[in-house]
Amino acid sequence: MKLTLWTYEGPPHVGAMRVATAMEKVHYVLHAPQGDTYADLLFTMIERMKKRPPVTYTTFQARDLGSDTAELFKDAARTAYARFKPDLLMVGSSCTAELIQDDPGGLAAALDLPVPILPLELPAYQKKENWGAAETFYQMVRLLGQQFVLAPGQTRSARAPGTKPTCNILGPTALGFRHRDDVEEISRLLRELGIEVNVVAPLGADPSDIARLHEADFNVNLYPETANTAITWMTRNFGQPSTKVIPIGFKGTQAFIAEVCQLAGIDCDIQEFSKSSKARWYALSVDSTYLTNKRVFIFGDATHAIAAAKVAAHEMGFKVVGLGTYSRELAREVREAAAELGLEAMITDDYLEVEEKITELQPELILGTQMERHIAKRLKIPCAVISSPVHVQDFPSRYSPQMGFEGACVLFDSWVHPLMMGLEEHLIGMFKGDFEFHDGAMPSHLGHSGPGKEVLEQAPTMTAAKIGDPAWETDAEKELNKIPFFVRGKARRNTERYAVEQGLLSISLETLYDAKAHFKS
Amino acid sequence: MNSVSQEAMVDSQPINFQPLKERGQREVFCGLTGIIWLHRKIQDAFFLVVGSRTCAHLIQSAAGVMIFAEPRFATAIIDDRDLAGLADANDELDKVVKQLLERRPDIKLLFLVGSCPSEVIKLDLSRAAQRLGKTFAPNVRILNYSGSGIETTFTQGEDACLAALVQDLPKSNSSEEVDLLVVGCLADVVEDQFSRIFKDLGLKSYAFFPPRESTQKINVGPKTQYLLAQPFLTDTARFLDNLGARRIAAPFPLGVEGTEKWFLAAATALGISQDVFEKVIAPQRDRAKKSLEPHRDVLQGKSIFFFPDSQLEIPLARFLNRELGMSLMEVGVPYLHRQHMAEELAMLDPKTQLSEGQNVENQLDRCRAQQPNMVVCGLGLANPLEAEGFTTKWSIELVFTPIQGFNQAADLAELFARPLTRKNKLMMVETA
Repeated sequence: MKLTLWTYEGPPHVGAMRVATAMEKVHYVLHAPQGDTYADLLFTMIERMKKRPPVTYTTFQARDLGSDTAELFKDAARTAYARFKPDLLMVGSSCTAELIQDDPGGLAAALDLPVPILPLELPAYQKKENWGAAETFYQMVRLLGQQFVLAPGQTRSARAPGTKPTCNILGPTALGFRHRDDVEEISRLLRELGIEVNVVAPLGADPSDIARLHEADFNVNLYPETANTAITWMTRNFGQPSTKVIPIGFKGTQAFIAEVCQLAGIDCDIQEFSKSSKARWYALSVDSTYLTNKRVFIFGDATHAIAAAKVAAHEMGFKVVGLGTYSRELAREVREAAAELGLEAMITDDYLEVEEKITELQPELILGTQMERHIAKRLKIPCAVISSPVHVQDFPSRYSPQMGFEGACVLFDSWVHPLMMGLEEHLIGMFKGDFEFHDGAMPSHLGHSGPGKEVLEQAPTMTAAKIGDPAWETDAEKELNKIPFFVRGKARRNTERYAVEQGLLSISLETLYDAKAHFKS
Repeated sequence: MNSVSQEAMVDSQPINFQPLKERGQREVFCGLTGIIWLHRKIQDAFFLVVGSRTCAHLIQSAAGVMIFAEPRFATAIIDDRDLAGLADANDELDKVVKQLLERRPDIKLLFLVGSCPSEVIKLDLSRAAQRLGKTFAPNVRILNYSGSGIETTFTQGEDACLAALVQDLPKSNSSEEVDLLVVGCLADVVEDQFSRIFKDLGLKSYAFFPPRESTQKINVGPKTQYLLAQPFLTDTARFLDNLGARRIAAPFPLGVEGTEKWFLAAATALGISQDVFEKVIAPQRDRAKKSLEPHRDVLQGKSIFFFPDSQLEIPLARFLNRELGMSLMEVGVPYLHRQHMAEELAMLDPKTQLSEGQNVENQLDRCRAQQPNMVVCGLGLANPLEAEGFTTKWSIELVFTPIQGFNQAADLAELFARPLTRKNKLMMVETA
């Protein structure tokens, strides 16, 4: 049993719903207790969809447990097929139904429905949402692609001369963070490069599209969390190579272009192609100089966390002080990315652990999920959202990709926005007593007056002083409060660490500056 | 204004409602959802769901749009190690509770909330609550209730929570028993208004339940009469009856008429004179009636169809029909408690089609066939129905908004008028 304040992922059947809901002409019969229909709201409210998810729930109640829940399931599957006439029927259990072990796959097969049945085994007490989506997509690709598998020893026939190279875009689902606009941005980019998109899946595809996946020359792996399993199978069985680079950020997009050109066998002048990118120029302009070495903590799914770390370090000039993910399936990739930045990656799905790490690091900016916004509020640290889980405000109506050159612009704007702007930061560093622009008030461009001064005097250090820790002298404490709020937590920690290392019993004004010189040198 | 006795009201009421009873997919919340308003009402309480990741996901999907510096609810997620053996699960739960209470020393009352998985594996949370209660007494009280989907529908979670609180009430001390207990979560502003009215009526000893602070002492016993402010409190009422308290039969305080009859029932039961009642209530009633007028212009003659959600449907339908002139199509309820609903049913338009339980696909077919001017439904159906051209009022808001009492009657009407007004406004812009 695990204490969970917030969970980064839902249960695996929500992943299966994300695949079903993304697609056309499929239906999902889910053996689940009354109440699990809450998941419909994720799609109708958070993603603001106009249709009900194509999901029929058995919604059993306590009184049904005494009778035949298997019969209940068969009824639900039979009536769902009769009503919706899908081209493919997915069947499975939610966590509670898993406990009563009715075997939806076997029961559905016994109904002799005239469509393919996709039975889903999603262990709800071990696996989570993204795994559920990946597994569902993989099983579907396998079921519908089986007949096109290359015979052993057979290789993929080369593209006919004079035909355009084609690819599939794989991974986007319902309830994906900016999937809608990423697909549009990347499709356009590929088109401009002269590459045709064969199928986008699961988003917008139907079972007949899934059966056509093998026709493409290669695959674009847009979201490894949901696409990896299927793509690995397709590489092995259809002989299709796939992309590895995630086109997030200016440099990421450039590397992606190079990769797809190579896979498609075409030439492209990448410098010429990307010269109009605004994000690049904005980061180079002098207004952005104050962003240099801002200390940033990054957490999210592996794909977005790795990409954000690269963008933060190499395109924004931030200093990445922490990098982590809840995507255990991709832990290795995140460890590698962290090692490149001289960090040890944090692989956890424990919200409390993430909170503890952020508290310890005292970053100036958090790039994370909706859950990190709770932590950021508690610690009063600016925060921007880079990854699922997200809430309704991160399914915006405006065009807001994260990928491609336009995505790079969106990243620049949304990451810089929560930070205090340059002039204000300078003036607050110089003058402390201003009644309006007081120390630690919310950046005035965000339009709030922010918390009162009294609250902020207590720097957000969560760990109470332990016995034996050096005590702060009054003068030193006063001086500490002259340090701008957003770096004060870090200064406090460094000074305390320095004092402990030096074996000091108390921290004087001089210790504060000694520590400052020590850590700057 | 002669009030009739309880029995007479029940006997005289027409029992000609034959609700349509259906089985099938129920598009409703489970009782865990109650946590979303209960955690705000009882501010020193914490709600620990013992369940699966699905349960955790449900609550955060509903409440997580608010950014919490200190959340007041969490989930102890059962994993496969817990499923292997029950003794182990109890140790694990103890560990989680200890970890939680160390992190949040300000918690005074902890609810262990049961879920579908915890109930299917028969994890005995009531014994766990007793065991842990002893460990953490006297600083923290630990109680248990079930919010599982297999047992409870949406607002029944509040019923289960309040029933647990009732069972934990101190041994009654007859000299301190309250005369009147108002039962059911009400918005603070509504509670304050009701409190003033009770005071003006001359009542000395009354209390609201649940209290805002879990440590507040309330004595309930045979001297106590209670008045339900919400229609979904079946178990809570039963446990109050067990303490010897007596229910005052009344319609629910929604709309001017409902509110007046609700207060009248209390006044009659507690021996308040007709003159005093009239003097206190009349100005409030008249002002409230006037406040409904602009909304009647919007709603009069419009038809309305209710999907089941909270058990508030019948009182709401009665209000919209009698005070605002809406015509009732189907009124769906998740459960129908005939005794608690008797006064409401007596006022409900006898032509109304009641339905209890749900087969959501069939109900959608009926709704589409009847083409109501307004559909009251949950958020899983609202946007899809809007996209089909229906005007909807999402029902959950009715549980989150101050809607009871005289001063809120117009606000309640406005909740229904607003979607129609909005549609008018947006469509006019389109054609202009």
